[in-house]
Amino acid sequence: MTSFSTQLVNLFAAVLLLIAFAMLSQRRIVALINLFALQGLALVGSTVTVAYATGQHHLYYSAGITFALKVVVLPLILHRLIRKLNVKWDIETLINIPSMMLVGIVLVIFAFNLALPISEFSRSVSRGTLGIALACVLMSFLMMITRSKAVPQVIGFLSMENGLFFAATSATFGMPMVVELGIALDVLVGMVILGVFMFQIREQFDSLDISHLEKLKED
Amino acid sequence: MNASALPIDAILAVVVVWFAIGLAGVAALHSTRLVAYGLFPLSALASLALAGYALAALPGGAQTAILAIGLPGLPFHLRLDALSAFFLAVLGLASAGISIFAGGYFRAGEGTPPGLMCLQYHVFLASMAMVLLADDAYAFMVCWELMALSSFFLVTTNHRIPEIQRAGFLYLLLAHIGAIAILLCFGVLQANTGDYTFANMRAQHLSPFWASAAFLLALFGFGAKAGILPLHVWLPEAHPAAPSPVSALMSGVMLKTAIYGLARVTFDLVHTPIWWWGVVALAVGLATALFGVVFAAAQVDMKRLLAYSSIENIGLIVVAFGLAIVFTAYRMHSLAALAMTAMLYHCLNHAIFKSLLFLGTGSVLHATHERSLGKLGGLMRYMPWVAVTTLAGVIASAGLPPSNGFVSEWLLLQSFLFTGALPNPYLKMLAPVFAAGVALVAALAGYVMVKFFGVIFLGKPREEKLSEARDAGALERLGLAWLTAGCVLLGLFPVAVIEVIDPVPFALVGRGLAQSGHIGDWMMLAPVTAERASYSPLVVLVATLAIVLVAILVVHRVYHGRVRRAPAWGCGFPAGTARMQDTAEGFGQPIRQIFEPFYRMKRELPTAFDSHPRYRVTVEDPLWAWVYLRIAAATDRISRFVGLMQRGRISIYLLYSFITLVTLLFLTQA
Repeated sequence: MTSFSTQLVNLFAAVLLLIAFAMLSQRRIVALINLFALQGLALVGSTVTVAYATGQHHLYYSAGITFALKVVVLPLILHRLIRKLNVKWDIETLINIPSMMLVGIVLVIFAFNLALPISEFSRSVSRGTLGIALACVLMSFLMMITRSKAVPQVIGFLSMENGLFFAATSATFGMPMVVELGIALDVLVGMVILGVFMFQIREQFDSLDISHLEKLKED
Repeated sequence: MNASALPIDAILAVVVVWFAIGLAGVAALHSTRLVAYGLFPLSALASLALAGYALAALPGGAQTAILAIGLPGLPFHLRLDALSAFFLAVLGLASAGISIFAGGYFRAGEGTPPGLMCLQYHVFLASMAMVLLADDAYAFMVCWELMALSSFFLVTTNHRIPEIQRAGFLYLLLAHIGAIAILLCFGVLQANTGDYTFANMRAQHLSPFWASAAFLLALFGFGAKAGILPLHVWLPEAHPAAPSPVSALMSGVMLKTAIYGLARVTFDLVHTPIWWWGVVALAVGLATALFGVVFAAAQVDMKRLLAYSSIENIGLIVVAFGLAIVFTAYRMHSLAALAMTAMLYHCLNHAIFKSLLFLGTGSVLHATHERSLGKLGGLMRYMPWVAVTTLAGVIASAGLPPSNGFVSEWLLLQSFLFTGALPNPYLKMLAPVFAAGVALVAALAGYVMVKFFGVIFLGKPREEKLSEARDAGALERLGLAWLTAGCVLLGLFPVAVIEVIDPVPFALVGRGLAQSGHIGDWMMLAPVTAERASYSPLVVLVATLAIVLVAILVVHRVYHGRVRRAPAWGCGFPAGTARMQDTAEGFGQPIRQIFEPFYRMKRELPTAFDSHPRYRVTVEDPLWAWVYLRIAAATDRISRFVGLMQRGRISIYLLYSFITLVTLLFLTQA
């Protein structure tokens, strides 16, 4: 049973990493949002598995919150947002996709190396997935850096939170409930604020291209 | 209550009274009369009480108290020992005169209203007293900063004038740089024990390296407050900007708190001085003194002149301090006691006479609305009270016998005469050079004071409106008279004063001057042995008076005895006007010529064909250009480099954090 759930968690972890790569290479915003929802679903799956395997009941609650927020609410908000902003096809990256994938691979190797000594201490069912979680965080960060538009950056920010959450469940059966609730609320509020910002940016510059923000620099 | 705990409680009560007077001043914000005739005289009485209790506590042992204010679990530790009692007495004696004068001086309509000034002034007084009482680094720093801030607000009383804003900013900046150094010094002194009480610092035995680090940090930090050489720039700006009683308090007393801090750290907290510290202090002190006096000679603003003169006096005090360190390091305790007595005596003297001179300039300023020496003159006729009291201060500042200034400078030179006994041959050779430098400074100080008094009070008025000048009011006269009496008495009874000071060197270097028996009797001061040197101010005074009287008598009785009034010789000019008198610039010209490399001078000379000839000399501080402008330029360059990092692109900013994150992760792994 334990070995089966370990396998299952590893599977979800692999899916998570795969989706992170997919997001890194995705050009279209609608597809990006769908990938984000899918990543949330994988996260819910792994959390439920860990909860079932270890009997930690509070993980069911966090899985529920994750599902509600990251699979339903946030993708809905994002879809509505891009409909209103009318930026469905809008995408370009600062670095071309193949070299970004190569950088992503380097990051994954680095993250695995980094996580190796830590996972040896861990007795959790999901040990060994810490490297994947770290890789997810770093790759989302990379995505934020390389996208020049505001919406993909927001998605990168949200998926970074996914990676963190996964790290928390895989290394130590999740954070305390209060912390998790706090983070969930932060993400929601952050999303709302960033949405407002995006409207403001478009009002000001008639575009969501954040390179316009360079004008704000003081000389 | 235990009887021995009385003085420290009484001193705390004075501090509380000062705070209360300050608050009462705010309550009576618009009633200038109440502030002037009620609160300030009351505060002067409190100062007298403070001086009395401090003098009473001087011979007694140390008393401690713990005041549960401030942060929870971090109370103020207070301690009253001989050193702090002496400086508290200086504070009380000088501020008694200054406060009573301030009652007559502060008026409505000159910047900050008198009620608010009253608050700032008394917070300033109270924080100085608390600095002197503090017995842990936390209390010390809190009071030190309170002192800096309250004096900043006092300096910027006329805060609408841009120059005064600039002066205030410079003062605040240097005060904070100094405070950082002091904080670091305490950090070194607590030696990783985490206990910041002075009692713990005394118990530590630092290695020579860390002890030296603590000393140098203290010299820098307290030097910024005292005005030691490269850190003196705020003094000539802040003193003219502040109202005169505030300048008097800052120059007379606040600079001494810095000397107190130096003595506290070097002789009490570190307690094992190394000889080269003394050489550093000697060199820095002599440079400060020489610089101060040379610049004082070139000033044309009377308060700037006094500010530079304060720098000079602080330099002399630091020289005595350095000499005390050298003697202590070589275990020559009675000579260390001599040098330290000279230092303390000069602190006391400077507090009294410099306050007196600043108050005198305040009266002149109020009567004439003029600070420039070029537009004053002949005021002795119109302001006899101010002129006579200022003359006493001028004589003291010039170091002429039988004034108090002479006693301390004489003691300082006496202690130089014993440097021949030092075991270090280099020091033995260098010490006479330092002594010669001190003598040069003393002589130039006389020159500066002749210029100060002569140009303001003697001769004819250089402007017509000066003849309308009125003498100081009653409260101002009282304040001036108090400080004048101080100058005279401290000069006439040096032995009594030294006996009072004696517990301080006894506590710090283990030997007192009076206690070792070599001091002379009540009228003859003989610090080491009567054969070597002795000085009796009373004899000097009586002899001087007798010679003058005899000369007058001889001229009147024996010589022809006729009194003839005739116009003075006009040097061949058809009509002599007040404009033809020697001016401040003219009087300072020889010094400017001799010490030309010291100055950055800009001269504007008229040619023979100018229809409106103008002559202008501006004398600037070379250190400003050499040190401060360079630091400012370097800061500018570095900040421009940092500005390169600001690209205005979110991706770049994100990249910065990404790189930081990856680097940190990499480092934790390694």
